[in-house]
Amino acid sequence: MNIKSQKDFFSGLMFMVVGVAFAWGATGYTIGSGARMGPGYFPLALGVLLTVLGGVITFKALVVETVDGDKIGAFAWKPLVFIILANLVFGAMIGGLPSVHLPPMGLIVGIYALTFIASLAGDRFNFKEAVVLATILAIMSYFAFIKLLNLQFPVWPAFLTA
Amino acid sequence: MDLFNNLALGFGVAFTLQNLMYAFIGCLLGTVIGVLPGIGPLATIAMLLPATYALPPVAALIMLAGIYYGAQYGGSTTAILVNLPGESSSVVTVIDGYQMARNGRAGPALAAAGLGSFFAGCVGTLILAAFAAPLTELAFKFGPAEYFSLMILGLIGAVVLASGSLIKAIAMIVLGLLLGMAGTDVNSGVARYSFDIPELTDGIGFIVIAMGVFGYGEIISNLGKHESERQVFTANVTGLLPTKEDFRRMVPAVLRGTALGSLLGILPGGGAVMAAFAAYTLEKKTRLEPGEVPFGKGNIRGVAAPEAANNAGAQTSFIPLLTLGIPPNAVMALMVGAMTIHNIQPGPQVMTSNPELFWGLIASMWIGNLMLIILNLPLIGIWIKLLSVPYRWLFPSIVLFCSIGVYSTNNSTFDIWMVGIFGFIGYMFIKLGTEPAPLLLGFILGPMMEEYLRRALLLSRGDWSVFVTRPLSAGLLAAAVLLLVIVLMPSVKSKREEAFVED
Repeated sequence: MNIKSQKDFFSGLMFMVVGVAFAWGATGYTIGSGARMGPGYFPLALGVLLTVLGGVITFKALVVETVDGDKIGAFAWKPLVFIILANLVFGAMIGGLPSVHLPPMGLIVGIYALTFIASLAGDRFNFKEAVVLATILAIMSYFAFIKLLNLQFPVWPAFLTA
Repeated sequence: MDLFNNLALGFGVAFTLQNLMYAFIGCLLGTVIGVLPGIGPLATIAMLLPATYALPPVAALIMLAGIYYGAQYGGSTTAILVNLPGESSSVVTVIDGYQMARNGRAGPALAAAGLGSFFAGCVGTLILAAFAAPLTELAFKFGPAEYFSLMILGLIGAVVLASGSLIKAIAMIVLGLLLGMAGTDVNSGVARYSFDIPELTDGIGFIVIAMGVFGYGEIISNLGKHESERQVFTANVTGLLPTKEDFRRMVPAVLRGTALGSLLGILPGGGAVMAAFAAYTLEKKTRLEPGEVPFGKGNIRGVAAPEAANNAGAQTSFIPLLTLGIPPNAVMALMVGAMTIHNIQPGPQVMTSNPELFWGLIASMWIGNLMLIILNLPLIGIWIKLLSVPYRWLFPSIVLFCSIGVYSTNNSTFDIWMVGIFGFIGYMFIKLGTEPAPLLLGFILGPMMEEYLRRALLLSRGDWSVFVTRPLSAGLLAAAVLLLVIVLMPSVKSKREEAFVED
């Protein structure tokens, strides 16, 4: 067996796995009949459809020739990890993490944390530049989002305001 | 004349100082964000949507429409100056626009895009105003079966015009429909696919998906490329205005583009992308005048026509949304989300129940177009400066705005975790070569489709033939099948692939 198109092969697999998962999940709800559709009816049908489509895509990936094999290519792990992490840390700073006794640190601390971690995703990391950028963003966000748009954010760390 | 009464009402609403200001802010913000490389209108609207939450509904929609036009215009600026289409509809603008910029004619190219868009926007607004009322009447004849069939047609239409593999795009729609199933089922109260997480019983937020997949996914993918691939072009822009010669060539191109764009925009799934491609193809078919630069080497018609077409298409694609409540593309799907947040259920009843909102929005579209031209032509120099902001400063800011936007939607950190997950998923989509726009469309339409299917089958007592025995519904389904058949015909298939390879 020879994979002719790597991208199609794996996307087909992904569709099949997700389709089966949704269809299997749908069987846990009442299916009902056409005239009286239960909550499981539509998702089950869609799940089956997605699985079939995934199957066709995978099959085509094994049969139809492509010029360069449609390689997926290397994953950009560094940006992937740092961008997602920056986002998650920002969430933790805003909301706090009660499970590890981290109090909410507020928007300003969150902005500094996010900017630093996100900057690590780039090709070059420059500490001074990140500080300047974070400061600009913090001031801008404070005036734009808190003062002007009046969004509800904890701005400062909880232990300072309490 | 009803049309003029209605437009007068609309302008009365839009011409208040407050609403003019929101239209202006919307256009400005939309352009500022849209001009940043790699951020299309979809990401721009998703990012700026939370900024409109606090406004009254009319003002919010006016501002959003402004953001949309601004983002679209900003997108063409990036396409011309940086060779980086911010979204699929400016892919063709890149071809000749960037060449013009490299020859030092970025000014005329930008002006052509701006003036062409403005003209097309005016025509589009008039068409929208003229067709809205009769189409709304038609909409009241629609039963659940017709709505279901119309959505099928819309979804098929959307993928037929998408680039890349057709079957993968259809699979993405189905995946979107399935994601839309998560949350409490309105009929039985069963919390589907919520894994006992209380936040998930309300379903997945569409902002979360839009920002994760389009915002983060794109950033990660951009950073994964080598620095040289996102090189920014910052040569001097000299001479803003097109010459007389340019104008003479532009005008017919703009007229053709506008006509094509208005027509294609109304079709479900058509919208801006198809319009731009079709207009460019049409221009290429016309004969070159002696001494005219060939296409692909910086012909001004290659910029003016697709830009006019995509703006006209963008305008008329509001028609299915406002009259039928069905978003024809992913941007309009976001608009549905925005309207729902402001407690407006898009559909034929909007025109009768909220006439000020309906006509005010239409009038403000025209105002938005006018503002864009006022805003952009003198400010082109500033947009070019903005383009020279290094990407290493840009992307942390984008991540921040996404995070803030997502959090402020529900004031919940749960959404921030979710957007992280969807960022990862979005990057996978890019890696696997699956286009995410159909997914978002499916996601918005999912619950609606289920509801209409349920009602249609309830009325017919479970008889599926209702979809083909009712003439309107049968016609819509036949159109969908026809579309698929046309695209799958070998001769069209190769043409279609050719058209999308062109970038």
